[in-house]
Amino acid sequence: MHLRSLTLPLSIVAVLALLAIPFFPQWIYLVFVMKTLCFVLFACAFNLLLGHTGILSFGHAAFFGSGAYIAGHLVKNYGVPFELGILAGGLVAALLGAVIGALAIRRSGIYLAMITLAMSQLVYFFYLQAPFTGAEDGLQRVPRGTFLGVIDLRNDTALYYVVLGIVAVGLWVVWRTVNSPFGQVLRAIREHEPRAISLGYPVARYKILVFTLSAGLSGIAGALKAIIFQLAALYDVHWHTSGDVILMTLLGGMNTVFGPAVGAAIVAALNHYLDPFGAWVTVITGVVFMACVLAFRQGVVGELGRLLKLRRPSRPEQTADQPARGESQP
Amino acid sequence: MLAKLPSRTAALTSVVLALGAASGTMASNGFSDDVVRIGVLTDMSGIYSDLSGEAAVEAVRMAVEDFGGEVHGVPIEVIYGDHRNRADTGASRAREWYDNDGVDMINDLSNSGVALAVAAVADERQRHAISNSASNIGLTNDYCSPYVTHYTYDAYSLAQGTGKTIVEDGGDTWFFLTVDFAFGIGLEQQVSDVVREAGGHVMGAARHPLDTTDFSSYALQAQASGAEIIGIASTGADAINAINALSEFGVSPSQRPAALLLWFDDIVSLGLDTAQGLLINNAFYWDADEGSREFSERFYERTGRMPNMAHAGNYSSTMHYLNAVEAAGTDDPDAVSEKMRELEINDFFATGGYIRPNGRMVHDQYLWEVKAPDESEYDYDFLRLVATISGEDAFQPLEDSTCHLLNGG
Amino acid sequence: MDIFGVPIQALMGQLMLGIVNGSFYAVLSLGLAIIFGVLKIVNFAHGAFFMLGAFTAFLLGQHLGANYWVALVAAPIAVALFGMLFEWLFLRRLYGLDPIYGLLLTFSLVLVLEGGFRVAFGSSGQPYATPEALRGTINLGFMVLPIYRGFVILAAVLTCLVTWYVIERTSVGARLRAATERAELTQAFGINVPLLVTLTYGVGVGLAAFAGVLAAPIFHVNPSMGSSLVIIIFAVVVIGGLGSIMGAIVTGLGLGVVEGFTRVFYSEFSSTIVFLVMVLVLLIRPAGLFGREES
Repeated sequence: MHLRSLTLPLSIVAVLALLAIPFFPQWIYLVFVMKTLCFVLFACAFNLLLGHTGILSFGHAAFFGSGAYIAGHLVKNYGVPFELGILAGGLVAALLGAVIGALAIRRSGIYLAMITLAMSQLVYFFYLQAPFTGAEDGLQRVPRGTFLGVIDLRNDTALYYVVLGIVAVGLWVVWRTVNSPFGQVLRAIREHEPRAISLGYPVARYKILVFTLSAGLSGIAGALKAIIFQLAALYDVHWHTSGDVILMTLLGGMNTVFGPAVGAAIVAALNHYLDPFGAWVTVITGVVFMACVLAFRQGVVGELGRLLKLRRPSRPEQTADQPARGESQP
Repeated sequence: MLAKLPSRTAALTSVVLALGAASGTMASNGFSDDVVRIGVLTDMSGIYSDLSGEAAVEAVRMAVEDFGGEVHGVPIEVIYGDHRNRADTGASRAREWYDNDGVDMINDLSNSGVALAVAAVADERQRHAISNSASNIGLTNDYCSPYVTHYTYDAYSLAQGTGKTIVEDGGDTWFFLTVDFAFGIGLEQQVSDVVREAGGHVMGAARHPLDTTDFSSYALQAQASGAEIIGIASTGADAINAINALSEFGVSPSQRPAALLLWFDDIVSLGLDTAQGLLINNAFYWDADEGSREFSERFYERTGRMPNMAHAGNYSSTMHYLNAVEAAGTDDPDAVSEKMRELEINDFFATGGYIRPNGRMVHDQYLWEVKAPDESEYDYDFLRLVATISGEDAFQPLEDSTCHLLNGG
Repeated sequence: MDIFGVPIQALMGQLMLGIVNGSFYAVLSLGLAIIFGVLKIVNFAHGAFFMLGAFTAFLLGQHLGANYWVALVAAPIAVALFGMLFEWLFLRRLYGLDPIYGLLLTFSLVLVLEGGFRVAFGSSGQPYATPEALRGTINLGFMVLPIYRGFVILAAVLTCLVTWYVIERTSVGARLRAATERAELTQAFGINVPLLVTLTYGVGVGLAAFAGVLAAPIFHVNPSMGSSLVIIIFAVVVIGGLGSIMGAIVTGLGLGVVEGFTRVFYSEFSSTIVFLVMVLVLLIRPAGLFGREES
């Protein structure tokens, strides 16, 4: 049995389930599903860099948060319509991604990660100081508005389908990117950068491009979250969020296209359903993560794939070689 | 901790059961889904878990038990949730509670960001929310709602209580150590206004990032300012570290620190050695009178800690809400809101307290001085009353509130 | 004489305090640098071990009546043993993999430790008294320095220099460096590399715990005391140059001073300045200030 042969039926089931969710409000809370969808898009966008290009960014909160703040600010204070707000959030994040990417990709490995962390801390500082963000009180009461001027998004169900649609388009972009000639070059860069260079690919330009794309999609995810919750908060740009997305991606499996989506769902569920444990939440979350790193190193989806023995051989071994990429050079 | 687990599982099961009975079904007796459900939304696991946390849940449970566990024959149920100090998590939990779980009132709401976000949800869903541990006065101004009550204290009362009383007492030059957050800057500005109005001078301020551990640099700056009063506009770990540094660097005897928002737990944590002489504004002290002692000792038995003003506020506000429900004969939010604003609050927490149309609960505030170690005669004998500030003076005058409910809007 | 409106005396005072803070950074980043150098793992739990050190000192005093001096020795050893156990049980399963897995595992440890201590001791923290012998202040002319802060500088710098000497100038250090460069070859010479690695991790986290004990009387002992410290320490190590012991020490002290001056001139930025410095350094000197760049 192959995971690939399972992919189609599984995705059909998933899509049907997602479409049906609003009809069963007593089983699962809609706003929670919408929030999870935002993180699904965020994690899959992030994995364009980590899993598919081999670049670890430790500053993706800058893009997610920028999307949230820009969209929230425009919609709330300038009366910009919903669609334009989301788009603007994505664009600003993409621009920021281009700038940070251009600086960061001049280094590799840990150094690259640290540059992105540092830049995102500067971005955090900006939002902390900027008057429109309300610092720790957050940018509150962002109106949800209407979709295309017709559908009232104050209705959770309507908003849900719109969010589902936008996230689906975002995921399609991720999937198309991975399965395109462009994606193949990215993989070539990940596996052996010098060879990609010697083959004549403008590696730097490819990296900046994928950085921009990843940042833009992350920004859209953040913008959606701002609209759903009607607020943007400092946590969205905090480095903890950058850490969260790394976690989601690894838990789901960074060598898969949609593994991060599963990871995002796991993290969101842990956050949502562990409340009855009170103060023990943090400890339990830590133990779960620890168990995952030790037992499912390729992530939940990755391990599932391995169990079904279907995947292209030898990928995990290549992952194991990867530290050599950045670390042997200092 | 583990001993409490059964009640937690009970909370979980009650959530699960509640999922079946979605909201909106008003039974013939005037009570939605035949239960009055109170949700305590608090910081269970994070940096404010001592200030509210599990003890806040316990305070609300105590109020429900003391009330008799039911109102007009309808059972009262308490559930709780963790907002993790994230506005979105808090707002999402609040929505779910109102929409799916039939929660009638949400209490505690530590953390101003969370409180503002939940207030917005409460206003939209037309259900009750009461904040006891957040300070942001936006709750009774731009973000006010007929369903939102700000109960224990707010930034305005802190400024009035501490600032005005100290200036009148002769401490008229100030320097601020302010956390660079909306909370700190707002508090600094409010106290500065009060100080200037009362004829004092503000010599300057140092704004430090959140989570600063080392305050020695700021202690030096405060010393160099020559101000008589050093106002500490931060709370929790930041305030504790600031006070530690001021004490370590031996701020000269002519200088005196005033903590604008220090919790009773912070004093326990600092120890009297370091905290002695501090002036703090708290709406409640366990050892104030017979009533507060009686409550506090019962609270201590259940939680192992002395209640702070938020815990006492959680109890008192829950009791007030239930009294309003009883008086209204229904848990219909509008009727309850009306009764809450109509009934006076008289208990160990407040005397003659009342709720203004903008949701502000008005009651006396107190300025305390922390005792020296040799003055403390028994456990938790920490504070001495310096001044009582009447509710009318402590809280923002109604005419200054920007609340839209006040001009018929 | 003034500089930008601040009297030079006051600046001297700030310089001194900057060095005190820099001493903490130096000890912490030294530990992190050693661990990274040998294990190739970014020890995200470094701040948690710092907290663990302070708490162990507090608990030793509370339950066993151990005084500060005993704690200063015993707490780092206890924490080092715990760290070695963690390495031996879990961390070593991740060697040779992408360093991101080590990051994730140590991050999980942070959650467990911080969460656990919060459950056990609450979030607002515990006081820890300054040892009797080091109370009081000393007048330096330009400022009044608490004696304990002076002691912190001495203890930290001494510890850093001893550690540097052991690694760079002794035979144990030579083996360690050999194991870092060529693990298999070193093993072939009959040196127990896995043991060496475990010991290294112990020393690294022991240093963090040592800094924690030093910090206990100054900073409040609370479960999240190390959580915002981690990324700053990362930055220090990277600015100093990964793998450079001296780089970590010098950069730690230097950044303490830079941060101290920022507190005077643009206080709000003081927790962010280190990242600005890091971006600038990495763009100009890719391998950090003291790292050697190999092509």
